[in-house]
Amino acid sequence: MKLFDFIQPATIDEALSAWRPGAAWLGGGTNLVDLMKTGAMQPDAVIDITRLPGLDRIETLPDGSTRIGALVRNATLAHDRDFAAAYPMVAEALLSGASGQLRNVATVAGNLLQKTRCPFFQEPAALCNRRDPGAGCDAMAAPGNSAILGWSDACIATNPSDFTVPLVALEAVAEVRGPQGMREIAVADLQPLPGSTPERDTALEPGELILALRLPARARSFAAHARYLKVRERTSFAFALASAAAALRIEGGLIAEARLALGAVAAKPWRLAEAEAMMTGKAPDAALFAEVAEAVLAMANSPDGQKWKIDLARNTAARALSMAAAGTPARIPALPASPFGTRIEDPQHV
Amino acid sequence: MSLSLSLTINGAARDIPLDDPRVTLLDLLRERLALPGTKKGCDRGQCGACTVLIDGHRVNACLTLAATLDGAKITTIEGLADGESLHPVQSAFIEHDGFQCGYCTPGQIMSAVGLIAEGQAGDDPERIREGMSGNICRCSAYHGITLAVQDATRRMATAEKDDAA
Amino acid sequence: MSDTISLSRRFGSNSGQPVTRRDGIAKVTGSATFSADNHPDSLLYAVYATATIARGRVTRMDTAAAEAHPGIVLVMTPQNRPPLQGNPDDKPTFFSQRIEVLQDDTVRYAGQPVALVVGETLEAATEGARLLNPQYAMEKPRTGLDDAAAYTFEPAGFGTPANTVHGDVEAGHAAATASVDVSYTTSAMYHNAMETHAVVAKWNGDKLHLELPSQALTMTCHSMAYFFGIPPENVTLSSPYLGGGFGSKAFPIGPYVLAVLAARTLDRPVKLALSRNQMFGPVGHRGATRQRLRLGIDDQAALTVIDHSGLSETSTFDDFIEPAPNASQGLYKAGALRSTHSAVRLDIGTPGPMRAPGEASGSAALECAMDEMAEKAGIDPLEFRLLNYAEIEPGTGKPYSSKALRECYRQGAERFGWAGRPLQPRQMVDGDGMLTGWGMGTALFPCPMFMAEAEATLRPDGTALVETSAVDMGQGAWTSLAQIAADSLGLPLDKVEFRAGHSSLPDGGVAGGSGHTATAGSALHAAGSDVIRQLGELAAADPASPLHGSGNAGFVARDGLLMVEGDDSRSEPFADILARAGGVPLKGSGRGVRPPEAAEAHAMHSHGAVFAEVKVDSVLCQMRVTRMVGVFAAGRIINPRLTESQLLGGMIWGLSFALHEEARHDPRTGRIVNADLAGYHVPVNADVHGFEAITVHEDDPHVNALGIKGVGEIGTVGSVGAIANAIWHATGKRIRRFPIRIEDLLTA
Repeated sequence: MKLFDFIQPATIDEALSAWRPGAAWLGGGTNLVDLMKTGAMQPDAVIDITRLPGLDRIETLPDGSTRIGALVRNATLAHDRDFAAAYPMVAEALLSGASGQLRNVATVAGNLLQKTRCPFFQEPAALCNRRDPGAGCDAMAAPGNSAILGWSDACIATNPSDFTVPLVALEAVAEVRGPQGMREIAVADLQPLPGSTPERDTALEPGELILALRLPARARSFAAHARYLKVRERTSFAFALASAAAALRIEGGLIAEARLALGAVAAKPWRLAEAEAMMTGKAPDAALFAEVAEAVLAMANSPDGQKWKIDLARNTAARALSMAAAGTPARIPALPASPFGTRIEDPQHV
Repeated sequence: MSLSLSLTINGAARDIPLDDPRVTLLDLLRERLALPGTKKGCDRGQCGACTVLIDGHRVNACLTLAATLDGAKITTIEGLADGESLHPVQSAFIEHDGFQCGYCTPGQIMSAVGLIAEGQAGDDPERIREGMSGNICRCSAYHGITLAVQDATRRMATAEKDDAA
Repeated sequence: MSDTISLSRRFGSNSGQPVTRRDGIAKVTGSATFSADNHPDSLLYAVYATATIARGRVTRMDTAAAEAHPGIVLVMTPQNRPPLQGNPDDKPTFFSQRIEVLQDDTVRYAGQPVALVVGETLEAATEGARLLNPQYAMEKPRTGLDDAAAYTFEPAGFGTPANTVHGDVEAGHAAATASVDVSYTTSAMYHNAMETHAVVAKWNGDKLHLELPSQALTMTCHSMAYFFGIPPENVTLSSPYLGGGFGSKAFPIGPYVLAVLAARTLDRPVKLALSRNQMFGPVGHRGATRQRLRLGIDDQAALTVIDHSGLSETSTFDDFIEPAPNASQGLYKAGALRSTHSAVRLDIGTPGPMRAPGEASGSAALECAMDEMAEKAGIDPLEFRLLNYAEIEPGTGKPYSSKALRECYRQGAERFGWAGRPLQPRQMVDGDGMLTGWGMGTALFPCPMFMAEAEATLRPDGTALVETSAVDMGQGAWTSLAQIAADSLGLPLDKVEFRAGHSSLPDGGVAGGSGHTATAGSALHAAGSDVIRQLGELAAADPASPLHGSGNAGFVARDGLLMVEGDDSRSEPFADILARAGGVPLKGSGRGVRPPEAAEAHAMHSHGAVFAEVKVDSVLCQMRVTRMVGVFAAGRIINPRLTESQLLGGMIWGLSFALHEEARHDPRTGRIVNADLAGYHVPVNADVHGFEAITVHEDDPHVNALGIKGVGEIGTVGSVGAIANAIWHATGKRIRRFPIRIEDLLTA
């Protein structure tokens, strides 16, 4: 790891003024410290923001929206009873990510800003336009679990976050403070698509700091029918091959409003607004969901021409909608977001 | 850089000079504080061998920069037993053969202690499995680990009830 | 062999008991000291820089930048590497491979050491190695089985011929009324013990002490002595605990030699621990294979031929040919058998033995092909195997030393509930709509013995010390060997002090091939028996002893008493006998080795039957093994608790082989792109549900005096096929490559 200056500001103002080009904010560190070890990130200065006051609260605002401080840990948020009741698919997504240890440390803002897990990004010896503009893209010759939406010839990486997928579906907003003062950015706009500048992997300007996330009051109206589904190569502690957050507001047996976003398919969580519109006013059933998923994913294509991931994303979207229609379970399943959500009974064994 | 950290490690307050901001909690414990019970399996948060408790929460020591920890209370595997008397999770691991080579074991046990304190899994084996999935055991003693955590959870719950009564 | 009868009387008070691990408290309190936990005074840290390409030359390294980094004390490259006395291309012991110790600037595989950096702190050394930033003249890497021409090399694996043929293979093919001809591919897999390879090296003049996790202590000392030109007795090695080995810690590796060299150069102790990423390089791996199975049956569903050929990968500079096709030699009766091996030279680290080498990969293909043959014949897979049950070893015609495989099939089928399984696939759906499939496989693993020595000392106070440089890498040697030793001395376990894990002790041999308990256990048993024999001589000759004059009747030792065989009323405490003999300790020694004539007379294998249930989501194609029952016949079981753990661990390795493990190479550089535990998946706790391992009773009077076979590897063997067959049964899809991935099911 490259040597760096370690700075521990006591206030937000101090933090903002301590920032300089080449510096990195340190929250939980679960992503930054890892990438500093591989050498993919080499900040000259690390600014530890974990002691900044007032950023660790979960509040309900007078308008019914929920404000989550940037430093709230993933586990704290997921296990907050009120929060999980109001936004169950966000809690389920959080609990399907990483491990218990990592969730205890990782902050919500850090989760939003985490880097792609593309192995070619993580390894400095590999060619990667995202890490080293203009270098080339080794992933293109070995795409594996790459993007199928919104990728470019410069970069086919995906965003690995589970948390942000339901956030985007629920129209969450990030409150950001920088040298120019406060502004708000929709979580959906936080990660730009790669285009020809994949190195620009955040909409934040240099020196800007996320202070909080806000979920609108309206997002609570989906609580009865909201699920996150994540397909993985092992039962737990794995990144998604494809995931989907699906939420329905069902009134009088019909879908009054639907929300749907996919994860692990693009450089950002992919909201499917057209699909949402297609479902409005219709009865929730598997045939509708299959039709919707089919239509929307018609625009997907994979860099290597392989179809399996597109099929998987489509099936995941349709299934997540079916699960949402069936209703949010009273308690988050033992295996959060897993297709194997229902208990397997085996009396002889634990 | 020169920095002084005040840490409480396994109940003892210590002032620790730190001359390098790159030192992780894991390497601090192992290489500078003579506490090598905490193990390095991947150094990247992918295996859980380095799990310790920070202020009661289980975390991966390998991804935690020591410099960030001033004032923290750390519990490592060396500090879990009460003198000669093993922590219930430690005894349960022995009884249920929840380990083979023993290398991931300190991390498994600290993770189990953290999991039980979180109170989300209870004695439901499926929730225990999920909750312990951040700790890889290449010997694959998972069957015994799940039994051990379940057993320790029950024993600790009983002990708590007895204490309350 | 002659004393098998008296043993059955003497054994059992300790052996056979499910005692908990003797090192349990050390392991749960963090006080078990693994190699890298050592921290001698004035310690330096070494980190090596790895090649990030697979083929070419290093043209430049920024040694100035590394040297300028604060805390760096040495940068060792091929330009300044001090000479070694031994040739790194030599193989000083049986367990050796050619090593990379900065001989030159050639890059032969990604992950190869290209420089060593030593620093005052781990942080400094790590950054120093990074700063070297090697530049290369790169050539196109060859990393796939089709990237080079096949060749044949003798021997395959450990000493077996490249081609083995029994019977008339062409006639077997011609006689078949039905046949299958299928190819299965297995991926490159890496051991990834949780403890990465590590060494703490300390010189004292021309004496070298190593803290180093080794599955073969004596051989490792000999190798180090050879490379450094010192007598073997000048090297001591301490390896009380291994954080897993699985075959990867039997061979000395180049980085160890470099660390020892740095310690000598700097005259300070040096610690080197591989990073997880570096575990995908110079430490061996299970080589990828492509196997072709051609099976034929007659109209009675009897196999007319098993024709098994395999192509496997090896490195450009050494030969280790995964002996997968040999897995077909010992198991099923067939009119003719053929196993042929060939290999391709690729730009990869040399493969080596990894838990169940040969059998794991070979059985994966064989058991799937058997399932395909049974499907074609329209017969239940278990019934098909029973129809082709071998009463003598098909490859050699030898009788089995013991083979309780029928009992394994019977108990396994019953426990699992195999009866009533639909023959056709895609017939079972559970309450959650998951496709459900049942599959099975047969397990076989040989029970070799190596050579080990042991000593036992009976102390005047009636306690004993037993010593051998045995290896506990998790299998439980500290415990099961002590149980054997205690029985051989007729003492309770708590009266026996057991010393192991250090090279200064009698040579405990190699922990490998599932033969360590049999081998070191036999040595311990012989040493204990030697002590008891001497004790009997003392007592018989001593007029003051109640045993005086009864030497002809023979003695047995039990609970610290020596007693006349067949007459429990005549006995005397050990301590009393020794006290009258002058109060000096009584010392015995023994060897564990299988006489060649015994090895020749019988085919010796452990056997097992594995049944698996897999659930598959029909559209998402995520898979989960929900039940697995393995029933094994492995001779005498010394410790049922540890045996169950070993077998379960092996079965989970089967799950890992079937569904998870695969190293993937970057096509441009040849680097392994998933060389970490987030990308290279092994099972986590949530993957392990409903596993059960059972052993059946099996007396084997031939394998060794103790009747011990071995349980370390067999669990993996039948499990891979069982899972793959269950996936077919659930989905109707035959995926003929491992691991079976979600994308394979989606694409099939």
